[in-house]
Amino acid sequence: MATLNIEPNLTQFDDFYEALIETHRDIDTAQSQMVNAKLILLLANHIGDLDVLREAMQHARAGVEEAQTP
Amino acid sequence: MTQDYQELELSYARAPEQATRSGQPTRHPVIIVGAGPVGLATAIDLARQGVRVVVLDDDNKLSNGSRAICFAKRTLEIFDRLGCGDRMFEKGVSWNVGKVFFQNDHVYTFNLLSESGHNRPAFINLQQYYVEGFLYEHAKQLPNLDLRWKNKVTAITQKTDCVEITIDTPDGSYVLEASYLVACDGARSPVRKALGLESKGRTFRDRFLIADVKMKADFPAERWFWFDPPFHRNQSVLLHMQPDNVWRIDFQLGWDADPEVEKRPENVIPRIKALLGDDAQFDFEWLSVYTFACLRMEKFRHGRVLFAGDSAHGVSPFGARGANSGIQDADNLAWKLRLVLEGKAPDRLLDTYASEREYAADENILNSTRATDFITPKSEMSRLFRDAVLKLSKDHPFARKLVNSGRLSLPSTLHGSALNTSDRDTFTGFMVPGAPATDAPISIKGEPGWFLNRVGEGFTALYFSDASDIDAATAAALNRLKYGAIAVKPVVVVPRGGEAPLPHGLESIEDKEGWLAQRFDARPGTTYLIRPDQHVCARWRQFDPTHVEAAVARATCNA
Repeated sequence: MATLNIEPNLTQFDDFYEALIETHRDIDTAQSQMVNAKLILLLANHIGDLDVLREAMQHARAGVEEAQTP
Repeated sequence: MTQDYQELELSYARAPEQATRSGQPTRHPVIIVGAGPVGLATAIDLARQGVRVVVLDDDNKLSNGSRAICFAKRTLEIFDRLGCGDRMFEKGVSWNVGKVFFQNDHVYTFNLLSESGHNRPAFINLQQYYVEGFLYEHAKQLPNLDLRWKNKVTAITQKTDCVEITIDTPDGSYVLEASYLVACDGARSPVRKALGLESKGRTFRDRFLIADVKMKADFPAERWFWFDPPFHRNQSVLLHMQPDNVWRIDFQLGWDADPEVEKRPENVIPRIKALLGDDAQFDFEWLSVYTFACLRMEKFRHGRVLFAGDSAHGVSPFGARGANSGIQDADNLAWKLRLVLEGKAPDRLLDTYASEREYAADENILNSTRATDFITPKSEMSRLFRDAVLKLSKDHPFARKLVNSGRLSLPSTLHGSALNTSDRDTFTGFMVPGAPATDAPISIKGEPGWFLNRVGEGFTALYFSDASDIDAATAAALNRLKYGAIAVKPVVVVPRGGEAPLPHGLESIEDKEGWLAQRFDARPGTTYLIRPDQHVCARWRQFDPTHVEAAVARATCNA
């Protein structure tokens, strides 16, 4: 069973980060939301493996609900 | 003149038991409550198999208005087995193709039957009142079938060896007993309520206007679904062609819509004109607003009472899994009831009706729920992803697979059923134990035919030969299957071009295109055991009568 790779796998970390932020330049929040949703779907399809995707979703959700407590 | 099934009035007659007011109530083997599509199909199936059946309906009319319209291939195959498929097919509008539109674009086309070599199409559209009318006319020809109109069940008592039913009629009430009662009395099931039982699930916060519109229109016989079209912004629309130039159009209205206001003709006319243009000519046959839910009873069997159709389970309509799964319930139940009543199978075979159809209901509920969540997203984020999928679907093939305007009804493969014999030999393809047998073109003595018309109404042992390898011992062993405690009909499949008929009195069919062997991953010697409801229950690479006997015993809880 394949697992999510959480070790460094990008090679150009800063380039990637800048590109991600740039993707959202000059659009409003609602538009950005749509971009994010489409990006998730595109990347999910590229990854393909549902077990890996589920693991990623679990990591994404972890700690979010507690974040509201001051 | 075509019969108007919506207006047909069926005659009430005083029941024979009402004349004799004293003594023991009459005991019937099976009483069915509800003469809708599922009740009638169950009754026809039982009566054809020699079981005497009484059907009680509290009304004396068939369905009216716009209810079920999409009847699936598997349902047509069941109607064929019951002897009324041709009529349904000839009147219905056949379709295989669906198109999905988003805003101004056509984003996706699907074909539900892209493979040729099947008798029936993926779907026919046929008004429920026609389906009921045709079933009724077929039913009334059967000698074992007693249809009683204006017979309303008012009380039920379960006893150890029967169910006692009190029935109210225009001539007062009377009591009957049944060895088994089948409740096919719809979503609000009075029988279910009388037993203090519930059907539970989830209601969706949305409303749809459904309109049956009589008009001449240029749309093809395809299921068309629009997300956010220009003529109905931010909502969905669904279009189906029906017989008699009647079109079914569904408009999503949202939860805050007022049903009473929305179904007024003067408020519907502008919606139709937005879709068809201002000059459109049409009349309304039916207008109503509905909400939908996915729900089911926890168990479909309670003692001697079995629940089938909407009384047992309900789904939102996207996917046409309501009436179709109810007909499949009937298909699953009738042969089991018959064997139990004949003393050839123990009562617990009926537990497998419940477990197999509860499993199928879960599959239908899952698919209907997922479609409804896509059509009616329940949160802002859900709507965002839904719209993202639609935006991507125009240019990206992968996104089209995520578009869910309804996953159309398919019969369940009964994985994990206790009645299946697990494979010990290796096979590929879809004809696994539990799967409904697939169709294929065949010929018999040179006459073209269809495979599914040769199986059902009993167990079948399907033996694939190359015509040269039927030796006398094999032929004798195949013939002997006819005389077991539970009869198994042997059918020999002769390869394409092979010589038939075979000697030894064996029924044989020629695999006209070679597709039967292909679809069943068969080689010479391959043997399949197929149930009376046409589901595969066992298969082997070699024919061995002891294996067949063991599989029949397993499939009837006699193991």
